Amino acid sequence: MTSLNTYRAGPDERGHFGIFGGRFVAETLMPLILSVEQAYQQAKDDPAFQAELRTWLKQYVGRPNPLYFAARLTEAFGGAKIYLKREDLNHTGAHKINNCMGQILLASRMGKKRIIAETGAGQHGVATATVCALLGLECVIYMGATDIERQAPNVYRMKLLGAEVRPVTSGAATLKDAMNDALRDWVTNVDDTYYLIGTVAGPHPFPAMVRDFQCVIGEEVRAQMLEAEGRLPDSLVACIGGGSNAMGLFHPFLDDSSVRIIGVEAGGHGLDKLHAASLTGGRPGVLHGNRTYLLQDGDGQIQEAHSISAGLDYPGIGPEHSWLHDIGRVEYVWVKDDEALAAFQQCTRLEGIIPALESSHALAHAAKIAGGLPKDHLMVLNMSGRGDKDVNTVARALGDDFGGSL
Amino acid sequence: MSRLAARFAKLAAENRAALVTYSMAFDPDRAASQELLNGLPAAGADIIEFGMPFTDPMADGPAIQYAAQRSLAAGGTLKGVLEMIAAFRQGDSETPIILMGYYNPIYSCGVEKFCADAATAGVDGLILVDLPPEEAGELLPSCRANDIDFIFLTTPTSDDARLPVIVSNASGFVYYVSIAGITGTASASASAIGDAVTRIKRHTTLSVCVGFGIKTPEQAAEVARLADGAVVGSAIVAAAAEAKERGENPAQAALALVRELAAGVRGARG
Repeated sequence: MTSLNTYRAGPDERGHFGIFGGRFVAETLMPLILSVEQAYQQAKDDPAFQAELRTWLKQYVGRPNPLYFAARLTEAFGGAKIYLKREDLNHTGAHKINNCMGQILLASRMGKKRIIAETGAGQHGVATATVCALLGLECVIYMGATDIERQAPNVYRMKLLGAEVRPVTSGAATLKDAMNDALRDWVTNVDDTYYLIGTVAGPHPFPAMVRDFQCVIGEEVRAQMLEAEGRLPDSLVACIGGGSNAMGLFHPFLDDSSVRIIGVEAGGHGLDKLHAASLTGGRPGVLHGNRTYLLQDGDGQIQEAHSISAGLDYPGIGPEHSWLHDIGRVEYVWVKDDEALAAFQQCTRLEGIIPALESSHALAHAAKIAGGLPKDHLMVLNMSGRGDKDVNTVARALGDDFGGSL
Repeated sequence: MSRLAARFAKLAAENRAALVTYSMAFDPDRAASQELLNGLPAAGADIIEFGMPFTDPMADGPAIQYAAQRSLAAGGTLKGVLEMIAAFRQGDSETPIILMGYYNPIYSCGVEKFCADAATAGVDGLILVDLPPEEAGELLPSCRANDIDFIFLTTPTSDDARLPVIVSNASGFVYYVSIAGITGTASASASAIGDAVTRIKRHTTLSVCVGFGIKTPEQAAEVARLADGAVVGSAIVAAAAEAKERGENPAQAALALVRELAAGVRGARG
């Protein structure tokens, strides 16, 4: 592993984490992302902005959420003490709103009246539609037609919240294509529109900015674990699609060398079949404004990802994860659809917590390794979202019949 | 003198603007796209933009998105695109060819190898939509080493502070994207185009070609009065696709439109 004085200094002024990141966008968008960067720098250093954000996170999102000791999962895994960071208890049911709250305040500061976003599972779309309703902003959500079908409840939530959901039929009609169409919208509506990217990807400054807004997760975990156990955790585990919940948990601990950090990608049907494990199964390339690990063929054409979890179904990953992978500070592993599904059921039965299928990937990996760790090992698992949205998918996967009610 | 410089010199001597055409390689298939490519100079194309397919064409409207999908379905690859240009060069050594597309296939190939192979095939220039000046540094040395012009895009959002950043590394010509938007959709007004060209020319001595939203011979003629070149893409791509739908020859349908566009451009300053 490369040893640096700090792993938290990136990106450089051009948005690069090593060779990753950057600003690979159409010229039309360059002035826009430069203005977002400038506005974000000012907001970041403005105590009034930070205070306003903290107030919303407390009063509206419901932070801090608990770091919960999961005694029955701990017993079942048979080793490390398992703590769950309860992002699923946030308003709207996932970590996504941490970022939406921050970016929407920034967009308002910039005088933007129209917010666009892409969504895969619909969690980011719901969070975006929610804060737009709160602040009275126009909201357009791009969502792949395939995802609209498998995440119908979230689509209706967005509509109830006043957002327009535009189905995307190009390509495979999933998250990647939704992002293409959101970029096409932004390039067309440059004056009044703010593109609220939902993960730690896209052109600089989005990977760094979204990370900063999500770091509240890891900062709370640090304080909560010190209070609960009097010391730092020994390991952190989080699922990764684009990687924002993971980055939010990991980043505040990157310089604590005693903390083992593990990111879990979606292995789909397995790495020799369809999957979404960009780091393990991909190689560096350029897409959606940044250089990062991508699933692609030998000619540099982007390949379709697959995961049972729509939120992880993306052929890329945030550029900072690519960098942390290459320098070896974070371990990246993958679990398959069926392993996540088993973890989903186990957590639901043992803890009375229905985890998102995304978070179930982290649970599945914890289940694999926790048993081999000592009983005083403190493991924090990011429960990035709740699984209510996934019950249809799970029922189908398990072959259960809901009596025609779903 | 490069093919592009020679072509602009010739056009200046004739006091007319260039008709710059765009078509997608391997659309709808290799043979039809080669037939179209080979026929372009005789139909009146002065400069040829040849599209390299990409799965995720973020800056393109539906016409070119579908073209890219057809191209990939027909087996379109970078290697195949260069082979088609080499074949074209057997019959034409003067018409400049510019490859247009997105960066990842080139990055995947390796920039040095790609530029060397492209030069050997007879490529004169490169337009990469998602490689702005901030990121182009990793490709420019290989372009220069192989005498390939890297053509930068300017847009309605490129202000006077940004234009010098863009044109400082430009060669070949400067491409003005006349609308904030994607290809094949809205069209800019003549006065907006005229103002923009004037503004760009304050920062560069290079020729300025204007594209996005130019569909008809009349629009091409209007732009030809204001700029050094008019770029037509989606309309040509759509003409071929519609002919194919009707069971007609897609290459010949596209070339028929090119002849009309060329007549418009050539008569513009008459």
